[in-house]
Amino acid sequence: MQLLNKKPESLLDVPMHYCPGCGHGIIHRLVAEVMDELNIRSRTIGVAPVGCAVFADTYFNCDMIQGPHGRGPAEATGIKRAKPGAIVFSYQGDGDLASIGMAEIVHAAIRSENITVIFVNNAIYGMTGGQMAPTTLIGQKATTCVEGRTAKQAGYPIRMSEMLATIDGAAYLERTSVHTAPGVLKTKAAIKKAFQNQIDCKGFSMVEILSMCPTNWGTRLDNPSEATKFVAEGMLPVFPLGVYKGA
Amino acid sequence: MAEKTLMKGNEALAEGAVRAGCRFFAGYPITPQNEVPEYMSWRMAQVGGAFVQAESEVSAINMIYGAAATGVRCMTSSSSPGMSLKQEGMSYCAGADLPIFVANVMRGGPGLGNIAGAQGDYWQATRGGGHGDYRTFVMAPNSVSEMANLPAKCYEVAYKYRLPSMILADGIIGQMMEPVEFTTPEVNIKDLTEPAWALGINAGRAKRIVKSYDLREGYLEKLVLERIKRYRQIEQNEVVYEEKMMEDAEIAIVAYGTSARVAVAGMKLAREKGLKVGLLRPVTLWPFPKARIVELSKRVKKFLVVEMSMGQMVEDVLLSLNGRAETHLLAKPGAAVTTADELYKTIESIVKKGAREYAAAK
Amino acid sequence: MYQGIRISGFGGQGVISAGILLAYSGMVEGKEVSFFPSYGAEMRGGTANCSVVIASDEVTTPIVSEPDTVIVLNEPSLAKFEPLVKPGGLLIVNSSLVNSKASRTDIKVLYVPCNAIAAELGNAKIMNMVALGAFAAATGAVSVDAISKALPKVYKKLKPEVIEINIKALKRGAAIN
Repeated sequence: MQLLNKKPESLLDVPMHYCPGCGHGIIHRLVAEVMDELNIRSRTIGVAPVGCAVFADTYFNCDMIQGPHGRGPAEATGIKRAKPGAIVFSYQGDGDLASIGMAEIVHAAIRSENITVIFVNNAIYGMTGGQMAPTTLIGQKATTCVEGRTAKQAGYPIRMSEMLATIDGAAYLERTSVHTAPGVLKTKAAIKKAFQNQIDCKGFSMVEILSMCPTNWGTRLDNPSEATKFVAEGMLPVFPLGVYKGA
Repeated sequence: MAEKTLMKGNEALAEGAVRAGCRFFAGYPITPQNEVPEYMSWRMAQVGGAFVQAESEVSAINMIYGAAATGVRCMTSSSSPGMSLKQEGMSYCAGADLPIFVANVMRGGPGLGNIAGAQGDYWQATRGGGHGDYRTFVMAPNSVSEMANLPAKCYEVAYKYRLPSMILADGIIGQMMEPVEFTTPEVNIKDLTEPAWALGINAGRAKRIVKSYDLREGYLEKLVLERIKRYRQIEQNEVVYEEKMMEDAEIAIVAYGTSARVAVAGMKLAREKGLKVGLLRPVTLWPFPKARIVELSKRVKKFLVVEMSMGQMVEDVLLSLNGRAETHLLAKPGAAVTTADELYKTIESIVKKGAREYAAAK
Repeated sequence: MYQGIRISGFGGQGVISAGILLAYSGMVEGKEVSFFPSYGAEMRGGTANCSVVIASDEVTTPIVSEPDTVIVLNEPSLAKFEPLVKPGGLLIVNSSLVNSKASRTDIKVLYVPCNAIAAELGNAKIMNMVALGAFAAATGAVSVDAISKALPKVYKKLKPEVIEINIKALKRGAAIN
């Protein structure tokens, strides 16, 4: 009998706490598969965020650190500079990276810190219960904008990849999505490139991944196509996929 | 004997940290501590370490959080307003049991205050500063030589008990120049063993996690209680203080940093007039030399606290004495410094005219 | 022996470097010393002053509030620091730039044309050395020799000919009393 697929060695066989239909599980697996394929697990140190992925420190089978909200790129900087031989990645959500941690991510890119950033954009605060994120779409409902986000009251969603692309120090920026099977494969390729860049000392690399949050979007849990439809019709026009730097 | 050199307090502090094994520094410019990052920017390169000028104090302390997690001796420094920004990271480091080394070269506050030396951050340093139940090992140098030699002790205690350590210097100690001798032996980083918790190459061992949280019911309580046990050991084993002319003293001055230097001058004036005054200088502010104060109170019935803040350290003296002796306070806010003459007059009024006690006068 | 000194002038007049040199010279002679700078908010062109202590015993406070000697290099410093000099103390005034006269009678006042002498020697930057020379000779707190020895140790990049001219300035200052 031929083994066609197995759990990656870089992901521990423990129950995850993510909700049904959430994209984090997929993205965790992709990062783990890449770590396996590049054979870097034994020298990788991951930085877990504050937010839904806070428990990523228990899921990945490599050394992990969990720190303050939004400071992942600063922690990753300290780790990488102190242990240049380590492969360091920061795993962050949109509230973590694009709101409270805006300064840290921008300056890590400015310094061209040789790290890999996995940025999961689902346009909402997950763990705290569905509040408006800096990436929440105009008109999208959240618990801190119950009638939908208005530009007049809360401004506009931030496009991180486009913004970071203006920075000389950013080596590689790509936005992908995990709402379709081809999108998952493209996301894996992007993650692999972002890690390979670090191995090759090319500098700051980030993959922005559009992902689903059925629980906080209020889409039906028994019909995942509602959430993927929201990505396709709501998010893609605002957050176009593609390589923004370092193709 | 090592050759004496004339050095600025801040530079001696930076060099002292390097000799104690510091190989990563992250900081942000703020007066009056700028000489520390300036010195480290070229010195780290010389010793094969790394230096980052961070985008903020918030980021700098989190770089330290990351670097310390790898077991590398690291440091950040700042001054009062910047230290307020670092408190989030301080709390995380305490919660993750990371042995970090931080220096606060204090200036006048609150707010932007001024850029002269002050001691207004005593509470922030000794009470925790950030959120949660934790302690920081705090040492207060009163000379450029102590700036040079205390970092080694800070690292030693921080690594032994796994907690943040701090040099709390006032801006005067940071800015002044004095002859300095590096008396503590230089640490060869090759001799340092990698701690059992350090992140790094994980081949052939179980993965390690550095974190400050535990959401499981009852677990955080156990974690904190275990940490408190270590704090109790520090209180038992790591108190450092210095005494001057205390043998026959009838009045004990309690002062640290620049205030302790002024205290010596005031004390000399008082001694010339036949007033028996001695000095207790806490070198560790936490742990505070509580037991020594209790012991002294069997014989000394009047205590005078001198501080460049409006009654912060005096609370530790009051707590230590618990009514066993009179407590007086000579305090100056806003980076003002007491003069020897003012101090002498205060001593005189305590002895001769029966000045009102601090607690009563409050 | 205790000598507390305040030096004051415009930023760029060599107030800080003179103070550091003085402290180093005291250390060379085996004395206890301290130096403490005090800058204005401006980085250049503002007023700068510093405190130096040279003593046989341990230095307590490095901030000299009642100086034995004050050296003023510019006009505004005279008004600010003359009142601080201890009765019986010494005030050295750079008479090249300070037009006013000191008003106190309970102190010794030395008028030293620092800029004029420096210009004569062909290097305007060494005017602070003229003042230090006058200080050394008038107080004996440090010797001109000690300052000369300290110079290349404090300012390692100075060329020998520049050190030579600095020493000339010290000696010219020392000749004034």
